[in-house]
Amino acid sequence: MNDRAQTLDRSVRNRTGATRVAPASGFRAQSRRSRVRSSQWAAWAFLAPLVVYLLAFYAYPMYRNLDLSLRDYTVYSFVHGGAPFTGFANYTAVFHDPTFATALINTLLFTFVSLAFQFALGMALAVFFAQNFRLSSTLRALFLVPWLLPLIVSASTWAWMLDSGSGVVNYFLHFLGIGPVDWLTSPHWSLASVIIANIWIGIPFNLVLLYSGIQAIPATLYEAAALDGVNAWQRFWRITFPLLRPVSAVTLMLGLVYTLKVFDIIWIMTRGGPVDSSTTFATWSYQLGFGNLLPEFGPGAAVGNLLVVMALIAGLIYIRLQRRQHA
Amino acid sequence: MSRIVPAAIGPARPRARAKAARRRAKTAIGAVLTAIMLFPVYWMINESFTTDQNLRKTPPNLFPIDGTLAGYRAVLSQQLPYLANSLEIGLATVALTLVIAAPAGYALAKLRPRGGTVVSFALLVAQMIPSIIMAMGFYAILLQTGAINTIPGLVLADSTISVPFAVLIFTAFMSGIPDELLQAALTDGAGRLRTFWSIVMPVSRNATVTVSLFAFLWSWSDFIFASTLDAGGNQQPITLGIYHYIGNNDQQWNAIMATAVTASIPATVLLVLAQRYVAAGITAGSVKD
Repeated sequence: MNDRAQTLDRSVRNRTGATRVAPASGFRAQSRRSRVRSSQWAAWAFLAPLVVYLLAFYAYPMYRNLDLSLRDYTVYSFVHGGAPFTGFANYTAVFHDPTFATALINTLLFTFVSLAFQFALGMALAVFFAQNFRLSSTLRALFLVPWLLPLIVSASTWAWMLDSGSGVVNYFLHFLGIGPVDWLTSPHWSLASVIIANIWIGIPFNLVLLYSGIQAIPATLYEAAALDGVNAWQRFWRITFPLLRPVSAVTLMLGLVYTLKVFDIIWIMTRGGPVDSSTTFATWSYQLGFGNLLPEFGPGAAVGNLLVVMALIAGLIYIRLQRRQHA
Repeated sequence: MSRIVPAAIGPARPRARAKAARRRAKTAIGAVLTAIMLFPVYWMINESFTTDQNLRKTPPNLFPIDGTLAGYRAVLSQQLPYLANSLEIGLATVALTLVIAAPAGYALAKLRPRGGTVVSFALLVAQMIPSIIMAMGFYAILLQTGAINTIPGLVLADSTISVPFAVLIFTAFMSGIPDELLQAALTDGAGRLRTFWSIVMPVSRNATVTVSLFAFLWSWSDFIFASTLDAGGNQQPITLGIYHYIGNNDQQWNAIMATAVTASIPATVLLVLAQRYVAAGITAGSVKD
């Protein structure tokens, strides 16, 4: 209360102060220049916490990670420093590791199969929900639930549903005459299992983005098409899909960036196993750095940096796409 | 999916009735699709009430008949500290995110700093860096500074998930504030700080809600930073609580599922209370305009 009265008082005083100074035209030009300079100072003062933050908590960890990947670290030197510089030895070791090919193929399979299904299902649902029937907005909101749940919750629920002996998925498959599938314990199925869970988690994201894209398409186009007797299938392929191309591109690229770094789901469901059958670069990196009793920080960081390169390539394509869309 | 029947030629009344029927059919299909999508969530809830013996039984109980509260009793007796830690970590992450992101958003949106585009670009790139990379870097740093296995260390790491997103949201939102409003404040003698605090922030309430919501949810759900930076701590978040459960008592799936249900409560509450902010956040973070 008192505080507010004080600031009010100050603002009144400032206002009278401002009217008292009636600036001459030359003085005004000078003050404008100094105002520009002072506004630059103000701008950077407001930006400073972020810049310091980005340097300290993004750039520096990234630098530490790069440093880790270029030295031969042991647990002792990790704590006390003094690890010898070994150049690209960690990277060479990683490339020659038998896990490398598996992890690369799994990363690509996991990413692209997830993306294809998330996008196709998200698109179908977005078109469906865009028809605005009763309860459509409520049901659409419910579709967000899987995306909002903590990943450990979704992953452990799926792990239990896919349990070979008592899982509900095998119970349903039994009705279709399909014998029990060892989803998580068979090397043939483990990757498929984590992909299924990941698709489920990713559908809402695709649905929301594509739905908002569809909302932006002018309704008059559809009305004109309806007058021309165009059916629903043609309407999708001739109007919705082409006009949604920019939004689709952004959705897919963002999905790519997000899917490349998926770690939690795989680690919680299968830990990348059995015998690396569902490991990706993300889980392999974690496995090397934190998963064993004797951590291999150097190779772990090297794998992580390969992942960064992949994510950045995808990310730069995304930024270009978005720029072009804006232009 | 319902096929769109070409408009029938005939009296208006049956056509209207057919249209109404079609709309009802769509609602029904939508409800079925939603039910299929949410089945895992239902199953989690169902299993959280199921007794140990029934968990391993074939066929499984599709409904929690002769259910048990044993799972929830286990949550109450063992998981409450974890939940409290997660709450604390989440709120601290929200505070840190807001303090850093809101002024930066104001600067980028309204004060046109030279070099601002470089900062914006850095933010976009920052969003693409996988957490596992950050985790390893943070591990090295926190180990050296002695902040490993502490809540402040984990809060710092968790905030890296939300800060870039938050700045982008604030910038996008604050760009929409009319310049005249801010100019009027300056003319009235308010400094930049006062303009920011008394005009920009109150007007940006929606952006603040969206940012806080996501920052909280992401830090609440975080597993990778928790498991790398706080696994040996004596104040661990709920994600680690669940993880230890999975590792330790493999048999007690009702307790695991009960913990999972409990850990999902914030997400559910936020979805119910702030649905439009959630949808706005997802779209604003990626597709501008």
